[in-house]
Amino acid sequence: MADLRSNLAGIVSPNPFWLASAPPTNSGYQVMRAFEAGWGGVVWKTLGTPITNVTSRFAGLNYKQNKMVAMNNIELITDRPLDENLAEIRECKRAFPDRAIVASLMEVCEQKPWWELVKRVQEEDIDGFELNFGCPHGMSERGMGAAVGQHPDLIEQVTAWVKEVARVPVVVKLTPNITDVRVPARAAKSGGADAVSMINTINSLMGVDIDTWNPIPHVDGKSSHGGYCGPAVKPIALNMVNECARDPLVGLPISGIGGVEFWQDAVEFFLLGASNVQVCTAVMHHGFRIIDQLIDGLQNYMDERKLATMESLIGGSRDRITAWDNLNLNYKIVAEIDQESCIHCSKCYIACEDAAHQCIDRSVIGGVAQLRVDQAHCVGCNLCMMVCPVDECITMVQVDTGLPPESWKERSRKTTVGTP
Amino acid sequence: MTALGDSIHKSLTELEVKLEANRCLYCYDAPCMNACPTHIDVASFISKIAQGNIKGSARDILSANPMGASCARVCPTDELCEGACVYRKDDSPIRIGDLQRFAVDWAMRSGDRLFEPGAPTGKHVAVVGGGPAGLSTARDLRLKGHAVTIFDAHDELGGLNTYGIVPFRLSTEVALWEAQQVVELGAEVRAGVRVGEDVPFESLLDGFDAVVIACGMGSVPRLGIDGEDLDGVWDALDFIERVKTGTFAGELGDRVAVIGAGNTAIDALTCAKRLGAERVTAYYRRGESQMSAYGFEYEFAKQENIEFRFFCMPLRILARDGRAGAIEFARTELRQGALRRVEGREFVEPVTAVIRAIGQSRLEATLNAFGVETESGVVRVDDDLATTRRGVFAAGDCIYAKGTREAMVVEAAEQGKLAARSVDAYVNAERRNDG
Ligand SMILES: Cc1cc2nc3c(=O)[nH]c(=O)nc-3n(C[C@H](O)[C@H](O)[C@H](O)COP(=O)(O)OP(=O)(O)OC[C@H]3O[C@@H](n4cnc5c(N)ncnc54)[C@H](O)[C@@H]3O)c2cc1C
Ligand SMILES: Cc1cc2nc3c(=O)[nH]c(=O)nc-3n(C[C@H](O)[C@H](O)[C@H](O)COP(=O)(O)O)c2cc1C
Ligand code: SF4
Repeated sequence: MADLRSNLAGIVSPNPFWLASAPPTNSGYQVMRAFEAGWGGVVWKTLGTPITNVTSRFAGLNYKQNKMVAMNNIELITDRPLDENLAEIRECKRAFPDRAIVASLMEVCEQKPWWELVKRVQEEDIDGFELNFGCPHGMSERGMGAAVGQHPDLIEQVTAWVKEVARVPVVVKLTPNITDVRVPARAAKSGGADAVSMINTINSLMGVDIDTWNPIPHVDGKSSHGGYCGPAVKPIALNMVNECARDPLVGLPISGIGGVEFWQDAVEFFLLGASNVQVCTAVMHHGFRIIDQLIDGLQNYMDERKLATMESLIGGSRDRITAWDNLNLNYKIVAEIDQESCIHCSKCYIACEDAAHQCIDRSVIGGVAQLRVDQAHCVGCNLCMMVCPVDECITMVQVDTGLPPESWKERSRKTTVGTP
Repeated sequence: MTALGDSIHKSLTELEVKLEANRCLYCYDAPCMNACPTHIDVASFISKIAQGNIKGSARDILSANPMGASCARVCPTDELCEGACVYRKDDSPIRIGDLQRFAVDWAMRSGDRLFEPGAPTGKHVAVVGGGPAGLSTARDLRLKGHAVTIFDAHDELGGLNTYGIVPFRLSTEVALWEAQQVVELGAEVRAGVRVGEDVPFESLLDGFDAVVIACGMGSVPRLGIDGEDLDGVWDALDFIERVKTGTFAGELGDRVAVIGAGNTAIDALTCAKRLGAERVTAYYRRGESQMSAYGFEYEFAKQENIEFRFFCMPLRILARDGRAGAIEFARTELRQGALRRVEGREFVEPVTAVIRAIGQSRLEATLNAFGVETESGVVRVDDDLATTRRGVFAAGDCIYAKGTREAMVVEAAEQGKLAARSVDAYVNAERRNDG
């Protein structure tokens, strides 16, 4: 059986699934339940000077019958005194010594308060720190969270202060609300961080109630932008994780966060370069019990593929991501429709006709639409396959162009005319 | 026992509506739309339900099909839209009929006005018969601004929807609501007036710019056997009409025999059962596979504990105490597709009531008096539903010829729409000639 033990910059846990710093890690009661369920580690709800929260705080994005394909929140860090949190951390660690407990921290941008907070917290038997430079609302207005995360010089400075006193590994949690995630990641590295984690939530406004014209969620008729997370943010998180994983100037282990709900999501994060994953929204949606699905799915996947350790998975696809101008222009695929499984809905036809390259032929024979791809003109964009309701009905098949691989970079070296 | 008025349709819950509407794939040029005789844009009306725009959904349905409320109850959807659904292959077609009922029921409850009459054209059209075909014609003519007068022999509009389809399938309330929508668009109604008797047909030709015949079909044909006039022998349509209007005062007793096995027979059978008759049996000359009733109707009847006896042909109805008391049957068989009587295999079944349900006769005499050409009692029309008389059009069951289309509410509705289009073109052409 594959060994799921995970190691992020020296923070070890029996499996690579952690709870992200968020409501599921608010209290000792919850963390105990999570550990009982089997979670490998937790990042405790961000500690700092207790705040006052507003009601309401959350909103969900629904797509058709699917609830919460994303959520956003305007909640702040912990609203409970530091001592209370620390006492609970102590109990949890005593009950589950093999699990990772990482303390998420946030403070004002001054050396002394950070030092004091770090020293006070590491009096407990914690496994690491996560510096919350990501919270996009409420805390940033007070010069914390994303207000730090959006300034590489501040990231470097605060990380360095923490590293001066920290005795356990320091993870810097990055905000996605920037243009190039590698810049803050490099700053964390310069400050001495042992690892980075990403992504925190994305600036968002969930919506407006079109009956009352109130924003969603609203607090007595008003709202402010919140943080966006859940399944819909996964592609953004995957890209940021991979950009950092490939950047030699970052060169740090990565904890992947954002939209993990199924074991396959986690595998994708690992393949693109994350050492472990953190989960928030999926647990808020379904509870701690999803850890069974995550572990069992990952275990079976690795066993079937004879992958013995997490290391054999991590980064497996990392270098398959490259710049566009390295892609092979002579690689060609075309769509093919399996007539057996086709249900004749014509969705591929109208998609290609109106939004791609007008190369699906449709003829109605005996009242039933017959759909065929004009493969000579198909540009292989995938759209028809994406809209087809039947899995595997439309597949993309490779066509031999008889030409050797050639990237745009190579082609433009040969000729000087034309643009991609 | 199930009560007579207990609808066979269960309303979807809000959650079911949401799940079902979102399951729809929103196919392009959708097969369900093409399978609907009135071409309701099913994908569009379901998508509007999913988007919470129920008013728009109801308008989509009712603009294509003025009989959308009754059709959501009486259409054989398995054979039509749901039969064509792309999910049929996996045996899980979208519940189109149920969703349609949800949207139209919303319109019934809300009372919102969905349509406005067109600007007056000064033309006036007479419609003979206010059943599904006549009502659809009248509705679309009003949308085009033509004045309309509907003549109907009955006291209430709706035709068989009001008087002929059993209450647990289609309530009088829904049938009358549907008719009322046409009245509210400004159609004038002359109820209780039988054209040809109370008003001469020729007077319509003189007084109106065009006439549409939508008089449907007649009563159930006679069996042509002895004892048919005894007390306790009913015409299925007369029987259902009395039950539906609450004027049935007869006695069915505990052994009801229904002759026939088509859709009318199913309605008579299940109606008698729900009235409390203990044993209700269908007797049919041919076999199970030759039944003209839809498969789902047959299933429904069996669920309601109806018995079916095949290959038996009534020879005579025998009297007991001056009423129908028994039927003598002959056995039949099918030999190379031909039905034959098997001699010497006669038998007698005791009964307390007999209901004839072998289809509907044609109103041949009436139609002949209207001066339009008929063929076996079916009005002859061209592709535009024009009869052989200038300015006279026909729609619905009166033009239904076996083997062409089905006698169905939805067909009658579609023909009504077509008749209205043809009448519109006709009176507009007349106007140009006048000017
Ligand atoms: C028992 C039974 C069950 C049925 N069940 C279904 C079903 O489940 N689903 C389905 O789709 N279809 C069903 N049908 C068929 C459906 O009812 C008809 O196809 C449909 O009603 C035809 O509409 P119509 O307007 O042509 O005729 P009708 O509904 O028959 O209306 C004709 C109207 O014309 C009036 N009329 C007749 N002569 C004159 C005259 N001389 N002057 C003035 N008015 C006149 C009548 O009073 C009547 O109101 C059923 C039919 C029967 C008999
Ligand atoms: C209600 C809520 C509160 C959160 N609070 C914090 C927090 O205090 N500290 C922090 O670092 N991240 C916080 N997050 C961000 C999550 O830790 C995580 O980065 C984000 O939700 C993306 O992961 P997901 O897609 O699995 O939810 C919060 C998220 C939510 C939904
Ligand atoms: S792959 Fe794109 S271009 Fe080719 S048939 Fe499909 S939609 Fe059209």
